[in-house]
Amino acid sequence: MGKEVKVAKTTHGGHCHSGSLALDLPENCEKIVLVGNPNVGKSVFFNYFSGLYVDVSNYPGTTIEISQARYKNNAIIDTPGIYGVSSFNDEEIVARDIILSADKVVNVVDAVHIERDLFLTLQLIDMGLPLVVALNFMDEVEEQDLKIDVDLLSDLLGVPVIPTIAVKKRGLADVESALLEAREGHQDSFLHKKLHEMLSRVGSQPEALMVLEGDPYVAARHGIEPAADREEIYVRRRERVNDIVGHVVSEARMSETIRQKIGRLVLNPIAGIPILALVLYGLYELVGVLVAQIIVGFTEKTVMNGYWEPFIRGVVNPIISQKTALGTILIGEFGLLTMTVTYLLGLLLPLVFGFYLALALMEDSGYLPRLATLVDRVLTSIGLNGRAVVPLILGFGCVTMATITTRLLGTEREKTIATAILQWAIPCSAQLGVITVLLAAIGGAYTLLYAGIIFLVLVTIGTVLSRWLPGQSSPLLIDLPPLRFPKPSNVVRKAATRTYGFMKEATPWFFMGALIVSVMQVTGMLNIWQNLWAPITTGWLRLPKEAATAFVMGLVRRDFGAAGLYAMHLSAMQTVVALVTITLFVPCIASIMILFKERGAKQAVLIWIGSWILAFGLGGILAQLLVRVI
Amino acid sequence: MSLDQVKAGEEVIIKRIPDSMAKTQFIRFGIGEGSTVICHSKIPFGPVVLRKNRQEIAIGRGLAKTITVERRSRSGKRS
Repeated sequence: MGKEVKVAKTTHGGHCHSGSLALDLPENCEKIVLVGNPNVGKSVFFNYFSGLYVDVSNYPGTTIEISQARYKNNAIIDTPGIYGVSSFNDEEIVARDIILSADKVVNVVDAVHIERDLFLTLQLIDMGLPLVVALNFMDEVEEQDLKIDVDLLSDLLGVPVIPTIAVKKRGLADVESALLEAREGHQDSFLHKKLHEMLSRVGSQPEALMVLEGDPYVAARHGIEPAADREEIYVRRRERVNDIVGHVVSEARMSETIRQKIGRLVLNPIAGIPILALVLYGLYELVGVLVAQIIVGFTEKTVMNGYWEPFIRGVVNPIISQKTALGTILIGEFGLLTMTVTYLLGLLLPLVFGFYLALALMEDSGYLPRLATLVDRVLTSIGLNGRAVVPLILGFGCVTMATITTRLLGTEREKTIATAILQWAIPCSAQLGVITVLLAAIGGAYTLLYAGIIFLVLVTIGTVLSRWLPGQSSPLLIDLPPLRFPKPSNVVRKAATRTYGFMKEATPWFFMGALIVSVMQVTGMLNIWQNLWAPITTGWLRLPKEAATAFVMGLVRRDFGAAGLYAMHLSAMQTVVALVTITLFVPCIASIMILFKERGAKQAVLIWIGSWILAFGLGGILAQLLVRVI
Repeated sequence: MSLDQVKAGEEVIIKRIPDSMAKTQFIRFGIGEGSTVICHSKIPFGPVVLRKNRQEIAIGRGLAKTITVERRSRSGKRS
């Protein structure tokens, strides 16, 4: 550490710790930032530069994960895929700040969609950042009979342009050596004067451009009003892009490829629905059956319950007896070394990995945006748009995970609606398993009654919140990337990186939750809690007294609650009442932890209390009604 | 004519995108006022999918209603 010497600051005023992303690097290092549109194969470039050790962490103050690594004596930082630099959503804000602190930028461009991607490239050039352009997917360019004059493109842009086929590792080394030649490109002459004026006020060209383009955050940092030139600059930039594309791209013929034909079929109303059903079934088989039942069955029951828990009890018990308070906290029912470790490693880890795998498959294949397009109409009626399909589907697997993915929704209003629906009305896979068994015992008519009630609740929540919450939900406006066969190693690596990031975040929350419940148990508070609720259970819900235990267990984990109903002899009607109540009942500890983290304390408490009211209110009304009717 | 009235397969010129955020996003995707696009497909009561060269974008029906377009016949004549 003592070796670090004070060296003159790098070009854009930041040493490697600026932007609060910390890597242990010398102060004179360069920050190389990877920038590109979504789905351009950026991750392959990052993996090439980063090697084995990658740090994935939340960008300070946000929930966006950023990967960074050491590359020689420099830092290489990945950014979220963006179509332009500004601050329209969290991802753009994070990308913008990382780009503003960059010393060099590697801009990955999808050669097939060069018309779209060069907009970002020209914006980076207008920012005056030293740039290398990696022109990716050159194999697809050939396949589609496109011709791109790479040398002319490089001349027109004024920066090195390297053709690459990233998935086949072609051109990556050339990009690496071109880093030495990274330079500022040809900026818009029209912008020049304006930029110059603004530069004298804010002191850095990238920030000057952001202020000119009306970025309120960057302007506020310098205590000035954002300019109103965005539309003019954007229109001009678009014209420049179209002009460049007109010069460098030529095509022999414009015929539809097989992949484009499939892409069309997916959106066709008649073929699209069966394809959708098939995809959903495939995902259910992967996540709901293979991971949630077979793999988790092995890791949770066989490995953790069968080997780990007896082992750790055997080690700890002789030293700290399980009967003592500390023993209960460590190795008791909700023990830190028993239940918590089992949940984290035996249950959460495989489930989370399975989900991220499914998500990565849908993302990398390009199906996800098409799915969002298909279901957009249905979701707009509950105040969401098509993009909300991701969290809602994931919710049937794990509500905790799904709550995190509400991040991708456009407005706070949509995030709130989606989170409320998830936390209240969507049963997770663990709970669904138990619910299915209980419903199977009472038959089809009751199953329909249960499903109907839950569906009605879901639609009502969405409709009411959509009316009641101020503001407007954002309309669907998304880019449909071409369908591509996902590269397995990329999918696995993506899923693994995200899983690691998730586990790193969730683990402390889990230990804290278990600690609270254990302390309640040791101090007898759990018992008091249980007795407190007993009258409501028997009088209002018309369930046996023991059902109160199930609700207390449901506080810890949702399927615990449902499983607690197994042992009881309930009539068919009582089963429906109990299941409706337990489905709407408060989310599990992990879910609540994430709820607080994602939506803030105020909303989390409201949702939590709301689920008590909803569960017991609706359950009770149902019980009273059913008793009268039958 | 508004964008939601366009039929699949028709070629239209985008005349006006009143919403400034949407307009910005359209420009980034490569479509501006004056661009010629093809209606790739339409989900019943749902989004309109537009195509320009190799770029496909989906636009929610509500937003599509606000966008003004002009039909362009195959021969290039405007109607």
